[in-house]
Parts: sequence; structure tokens; C-alpha cells
Amino acid sequence: MTSATAQDAEPLSNSFQNIILKLHQYWSDKGCVILQPYDMEVGAGTFHWATTLRSLGPEPWSAAYVQPSRRPTDGRYGENPNRLQHYYQYQVILKPSPAESQDLYLGSLKAIGIDPMAHDIRFVEDDWESPTLGAWGLGWEVWCDGMEVSQFTYFQQVGGFDCNPVSTELTYGLERLAMYVQGVESIYDIQFSDTMTYREVYHQAEVEYSKHNFELADTDMVLRHFADAETECASLIDGGVALPAYDQCLKASHLFNLLDARGVISVTERQAYIGRVRTLAKACAEQFLKSRGHL
Amino acid sequence: MPELLLELFSEEIPARMQRRAAEDLKGLITDGLKKANLEFADARSYWTPRRLTLVVDGLPETQPDLHEERKGPKVGAPEQALAGFLKAAGLSSIDQCEQRETPKGAVWFAVTEKKGGPAADVLPGVIEAAIRALPWPKSMRFADQEFRWVRPFHSIIAVFAGTALSGSVDMRPGAVAFGVETKGHRFLGSGAAITVSGFDDYIAKLRDEKVILDPTERKASIDRQLREAADREGLTIKDDPGLLDEVTGLVEWPVALIGRIDDAFMEVPPEVLTASMRAHQKYFTLNRPDGSMAPRFAVIANMEAEDGGAAIISGNERVLRARLADAKFFWDQDRKTKLEDRLSDLEKVIFHAKLGTVAERVDRIAGLAEALAAHIPNADPALCARAARLAKADLTTEMVGEFPELQGLMGRYYALDQNEDAAVADAIAQHYSPAGPGDACPSEPTAIAVALAEKLDTLVGFWLIDEKPTGSKDPFALRRAALGVIRLVLENNVRIGLKDKALTHGIFFKLENASIDGEDLLRFFADRLRVHLKDEGVSHDLIQALFALGDEDDLVRLVARVHALRDFVNSEDGANLLTAYRRAANILKAEEKKDATEYNGAPDPEQFEQDEERNLWAALSSVAAQVGVMIEEEDFAGAMRLLASLRAPVDAFFDQVTVNADKPDLRRNRLMLLSRIRGTMGSLADFGLVEG
Repeated sequence: MTSATAQDAEPLSNSFQNIILKLHQYWSDKGCVILQPYDMEVGAGTFHWATTLRSLGPEPWSAAYVQPSRRPTDGRYGENPNRLQHYYQYQVILKPSPAESQDLYLGSLKAIGIDPMAHDIRFVEDDWESPTLGAWGLGWEVWCDGMEVSQFTYFQQVGGFDCNPVSTELTYGLERLAMYVQGVESIYDIQFSDTMTYREVYHQAEVEYSKHNFELADTDMVLRHFADAETECASLIDGGVALPAYDQCLKASHLFNLLDARGVISVTERQAYIGRVRTLAKACAEQFLKSRGHL
Repeated sequence: MPELLLELFSEEIPARMQRRAAEDLKGLITDGLKKANLEFADARSYWTPRRLTLVVDGLPETQPDLHEERKGPKVGAPEQALAGFLKAAGLSSIDQCEQRETPKGAVWFAVTEKKGGPAADVLPGVIEAAIRALPWPKSMRFADQEFRWVRPFHSIIAVFAGTALSGSVDMRPGAVAFGVETKGHRFLGSGAAITVSGFDDYIAKLRDEKVILDPTERKASIDRQLREAADREGLTIKDDPGLLDEVTGLVEWPVALIGRIDDAFMEVPPEVLTASMRAHQKYFTLNRPDGSMAPRFAVIANMEAEDGGAAIISGNERVLRARLADAKFFWDQDRKTKLEDRLSDLEKVIFHAKLGTVAERVDRIAGLAEALAAHIPNADPALCARAARLAKADLTTEMVGEFPELQGLMGRYYALDQNEDAAVADAIAQHYSPAGPGDACPSEPTAIAVALAEKLDTLVGFWLIDEKPTGSKDPFALRRAALGVIRLVLENNVRIGLKDKALTHGIFFKLENASIDGEDLLRFFADRLRVHLKDEGVSHDLIQALFALGDEDDLVRLVARVHALRDFVNSEDGANLLTAYRRAANILKAEEKKDATEYNGAPDPEQFEQDEERNLWAALSSVAAQVGVMIEEEDFAGAMRLLASLRAPVDAFFDQVTVNADKPDLRRNRLMLLSRIRGTMGSLADFGLVEG
């Protein structure tokens, strides 16, 4: 449903924000709800309730959104051209999984200027599993000329529950895609808008958050917050509200990542923490299904 | 004769599962054909990332008619028996049966002719059952379907004798109907469905659509293209059969392209570059004529791009730059910390909950390597201890964290970088070896000491906490460790006693009072040694015959004795003497049982009555006197030859002398003489355990 004015206008540049706009347009045309980011700290676009919780139950659901994602251990003080502790994922969820899922995905690559006839696009086995979410699926990482540009997963289970129907989940690493279509070697050289670079927008944040994640975060306090979030999540489940409980579950998950970055979690404790978050995620999934009358 | 063509078309099947799935499909279909009495001439399976294909040649148009005979009750049997028989045979009247004369009288026989049905009616069921039964290591559901496949399943070609079979696979809900259509290459194909009438048509049309169906042909094409591309650059491809197989399963239309590695990365060790290119990118390494690594890589694309692959190469080069930038960062970063300064980090790494940290293990291995140096010719104890101390330090480096398969090797590079003795560096690199039958065995003194210490520490440690392999379960690879010890010791002539206190009493574990069952560990080695020597054609009973002596825990000496024993048993004198030994042993066993006593000890020469007794006694005494010295001097072949000299007097004794003489004293004395045969031979091996 491209309008006449859009066709007449200059084609959009390959700036970071235009890639997002093009993906929004493409997936909106394909019938997706275009959502805004989840206002919680999460490690990946998958954690958004629009993917995790909405992939449960029988109702059809298609959504696309950008999700700012935080991985505290990946911080490099703004010095590594390929690594960030805060980055963007573009996330699409299609439920039930359409028979033409792969073609739809390839269409989205064309929409952002990657012509499959000029490149080597491959679907390489990569099964997805999230021990914290109690979730798994089968699929691929999609390679473009040897670079992983997306994760493509058919969700089988979330929160310990079978997905019925199965959804198609697509996750694009936006910075990588932008580096590729713009032909730059460093994340910081990405043209964010036509006038502003990624460095100008985010470099200071990378330096400061790296310092926070690795040096400054008060681990005793973070430990307390983890326990608080865990308790709150459980009591909200008791109160019968899945979505607010899920907020607390994700809060606990992020705090665990932060503790991990601060190096205060031993290998054996690590498993125990992951198990605690998984227990919360399962409870949220169960409550979500109950609230919608499916259990 | 008609042909069956079957293609199961799906989204990309993981490369590692394709071959097995195609073989399973063939197995399931051909089993189904056999059960349906459909004979065939040949069945071949093929695969690409998106399809499993099977072609069966030489099928009949119809099932053969079946002639069945069923034997029933006797003529004149009660009504009830006849009714039951008719029911079982599917007949309505006894008139449809015939009488036949048998030795037991006249008997009813039901003879039925079952008309074979058209194959086209039978095949759909066979195909559907095979698809439902095909096992996948991991399978998934799709949309609202209960049907499970490795990835979404899209279409089926099922053509028999040029026409589509009618049938479908139930997706619960929905179905995929059998058809005659498929698709070509995802990008290079026309995009339209292609219609096929048989295998030749199918394979030709797929080729037009840029799909090489036959994996053998694809692999050969990749191999040829790689060689040609390398040749154009004056380089050679480093052989990598595993990677070649993998990339064959990732493409339908392979195109080899060569890219450049930036010079800045060539200072990083070549193994690191190869590991990074192989694991993450599935690139092949190229070598210069002198064998050194060239700044090039080869990638197998699934695409024939209009620009000749320029954009694809440039994209791959960019990805590799980012990958190698990481590797170079690790290389630079790791070298800033000396290996010995990493040892404290090993205190945080648990080796096994009951066996402590890797740091503790390193302490033990260092002590053990130093002690072992005394038994290894030209080994310097200080160097052995130093190498052992640094051997595990690379486990804390970023590089080994990223590429675990480079453990040891990176330690060597970092050791050389900090100017360690070359022997120390090599020992670090080799101390995990030999890790399998195909792996080279260390042969330099320092490396031998550390490699041995590493494996002995593992074995003794797990024996101390009673974590031994059981059946097929060997989670700590103790069998491999034992085989490693055997090879290290045998190939380098290392003389150590496996029941040495230093090993069996947890001295190096700082557990003075804890000891393990040395005999039990020795039995474990004996089992592994049997496997090892089987390849040499040494049968297991010979090894058992020597282990039974109980005091032999030096594997080098043991194997020398095994070889001497084998040669002895294979010689004419030896085989004969073995027969005589058994005769002596059997007589003794029987008489000992009868008399409820044991005959052991010297006979009284005064009581000999025949020359054969005197001659045998003289020969036995002479052999006994010499054989001890020869064993001492490890002249086992000589000892065996000496033993063989007993054949004549022993044979003469049995020919001429009656052991069970009437006079009790004489009988007793002769049994004593026999016991000396057993005793003298028994000092070399337990001949009672030798078979054949």
C-alpha cells in the first residue's frame, strides 16, 4: 500500500533510522502491528511480552518493533568497533507461522537494499534456546556473504508451554545490517541519520555504561533488587496479573546480567540464578494463559 | 521396468543431518517395498539442503500373485475343527479345500491364490508410512500442524512409471498431496514450479534450475573448483575433508570464490586464523608452495552473482576482518600476561568437584613429571617440571576461551613468546597427546614426561574417587587416557611400574593414606593393552597369560614377553610343548583332586627308575637355573627358546613313563616331576590360560 507520494519522493537513504523506517513500512504492509519498544531493560528483542507471552495461546498475532537491548558483559568502553553493551534489535513475530515465512523475510532484505541476486544468502542451522525463558525453537542464522544478519526461529516452547500454533520469529541485528549496507567498518561510523553518526548519538553512553556495568554498579544493592524483583513477581502472580509480573521477571533477569558483568556470580551460582529467573518466566507464562482463559 | 521417484521438499535441512536422513528414507521405503512383495533392482538416495530424493528402479507394475497353502485337520475331524480351519483360511466351504495323503493319513489343505494388486495402489501407503517413521535428531511442529519434520515441509514428488501417485501426507490438520512438481534453486532458479515425469527428467530439469542433486557430484565440483581457484593464485588448498562434507550440505549450486586476508593479521599464528575461518565462516585455508599459510581464503558460495562474485567476496572479506580483529586482539592481549602469572587463575577453575582445582592438578602433574624424568632417557627433571607447570596456563587465555580446540598449541606460542626453552614449549603443545589412534605420540623427553604425568594424574585421580568407566559410559575419557599411557610408554620405551607407590598411593594428591587398588588399575590397563595389541595380531589370551603372573606392571617388559610368548606358541616346538604342558597340568589337576593335596616341590632323584625321568629332571633343572637369569636380563626370546628345548625330554617322558605307577612313592615322585614342568614353565607365563 505504498502511496503515490512515496513513490515520487527521493528514495530513502541507508541511514540507520531509515533502515528502521523501511522495515516498519515493509512489515506494516504485511499486516503487522508496529509496536514501540518495551520500556524495560532486556537482553534481546525476544524478551518483549509481544513475543514471549503473545506467542502463547491460540490467537493469531503479528507484530514488529525495535527493541533496545542491553548485554552488560559486552561493553567495551566504546573502544571496540564491533561490540556494544546497548544495541538495537528489530523483531518480528508472525503467528501462526506463515507457509511463506522465508520469502517474507527475503522480501524484507530487499526492502532495505540487500538484493539476494547480488549476494550469497544462506540459512545455516542454528537452534535457539533461552534457559532463562524456558523457551526453544528450531531455525537458522541467516548469512549474507558470510555475515550473520538475522536469527530465524520457529518457536516450539515458551515458559515451558508448547506453542500452539507455532510462531515465526525474526530478529535482525540492526547495527550489523547498517554497517553492511553502508559499507563501514565500525559501529561508530554508522550514519544514524543523514547528518548524525552513531558515535555522536551513543559513544558517551557506551563509555559510561561500561564503567557502570563493570566498575560502579553497587553489587550489594543489585543483589537486593534482584531479590525484591523476584518477590514482587511472585506476589503479582498471586494477584493474578501476568503482565506486571512479567515486568518484574525481566527486571530480575537484567539484574542477574548486571551481577554477571560485575563478576560476582560463580559458575555454580550462575545455574541457580538462571533457574530462579526461569521459574518466574514459567509462572508468568502460566498466568498469562490463565488470564486469557486457555488454562 | 517402472521406476519410482520420490522427493521430499522442505526448508533448509541442517547439513549434518542430510546424509543420515536420505539413508533412513531409503531404508524405510525399501523395507516397505519388501513387505509389500515389491521386488526392485536398485534404490539410490540423494540430498541437497532443501530436498531428500529417492529413486527406485526395476519395480513391477503389480504385486506378484501369492500362492498360499495351509494345512488343516485330518479328514473326518469334528465339525468344530473344520469350521475353525475354514475361518482362519478365509474360506466358506470345505469344498474349496483339497484332500492330500500324508504319512498320518488324509488331511485337508486350503490352497488360496491371492491376486497381486497394482503397485500404484500399494506405493502411496508405503511412502506415507516411511515419511511418518523417518527419525530426525530434532524435529519441530509448524503453524497449527501436529506433523513433525526437521523444518517446515512443503511438497512431495511421488511419480511411479511416469505418472503421479495419488496420495498425501496428513499434516493434522491439512495435508500435503503427492504431486509431480518441485522448485529449483532458491535464487538462481526460474522461481516457477517445474514438472517432472521421472528421475532422468527430474535431475536434468534441476540442473537447468541450478541445482546439482547428487551430493557426490557437488562435492567433486567443490573440490575441483577449489583446486582450480587455488591453482590460478599459485597456491594449494589445505585439505579439510570434514569441512568439504559440511559445505556440500550448505549449497545446491556451489561456486568457489577466493578472498584476501589483510596482511595485518598474518602475524597471528596460522592455526588461529584457520580455526577462526573454519569454525565461524566455513572458509578453506590456502597454502603457499613452501607450505606456509597464504593471505587468502576460499569460500563456497551458493550463488552465481552477476558481478562475478565481487560483492560476495568483498562482503566475506569484511566479515573476516571483524573476526580476525577479535583473534588478533586476543593474541595481543594474551601475550601481555606471562603464563606463570596465569596460574593463580587456575585456582578458580574446578577440574572435578572431588579432585579440586586445575591449579592443584597442575601441582600434581609437575611433581609427577619431575619424578617420571628419572625413568625417561635424556629427560631433564627441571624442564619437565617447568613444562608441566605451564601446560594448563593457556586455559585462562582469551584465545583458548574462544577456540578451545587450540589448547596446548596456544600455550606453545605464548611460551615461545616469553622465551621458554623450546622443549618446554613443545611439551606444552603436545601434553594432551596422543588423544586418539590417529594422533601422533610425543617422542621428545620433556613432552613424554608431561603427557604421561597428565594422563596418569587423570587415571589415578578418578580411581581414587571411584569414578571408573562402566559399559559404554566413560565421561572422563579414561580409556583414552590409558591407551595414551600405553602408547607413550611403548613407543618411547619408558620403563615404569604401574603399581609404583608414587602412583597408587595418593602421594601426589597429598593424600598419604589414600591408596587405590593397583591390581584393579592394572587390569584396566590390561584391557586397553589387549585392544592395542589386537592390531598387531596378538590374541588376548597371551596377554592374560602374562598378567596372571601378577608381578608384571612394566608395560614395556610385558609386551616384550608377550611377543616372545607369541613366537614361542607359533613355533612347532612351542606348540608341542604346550600340548605336553596341558597333559602334565591335567594329570596333576586330576590326581591332586583325587589325593586332596597339591604336588609342588622337588622330586627325589634317588627314586627315579627310568632314564627318561632322569633326563627330564636334568633338563628341567638346567632350564630352571638359566631361565631366571635370562628373565633378569630380559632375554625373553632366549628364555622361550630354552623352554622349547624341553620338548624332547618331556615327549620322551610321556612316551615311556607311566606316571600313575603302582608303587605309591614312585607315583608321588613322578607327580612331583610333573609339577616341575608346570612350575618351570609357569615362571614365564601362565600357560594354562593360553588358548589354541
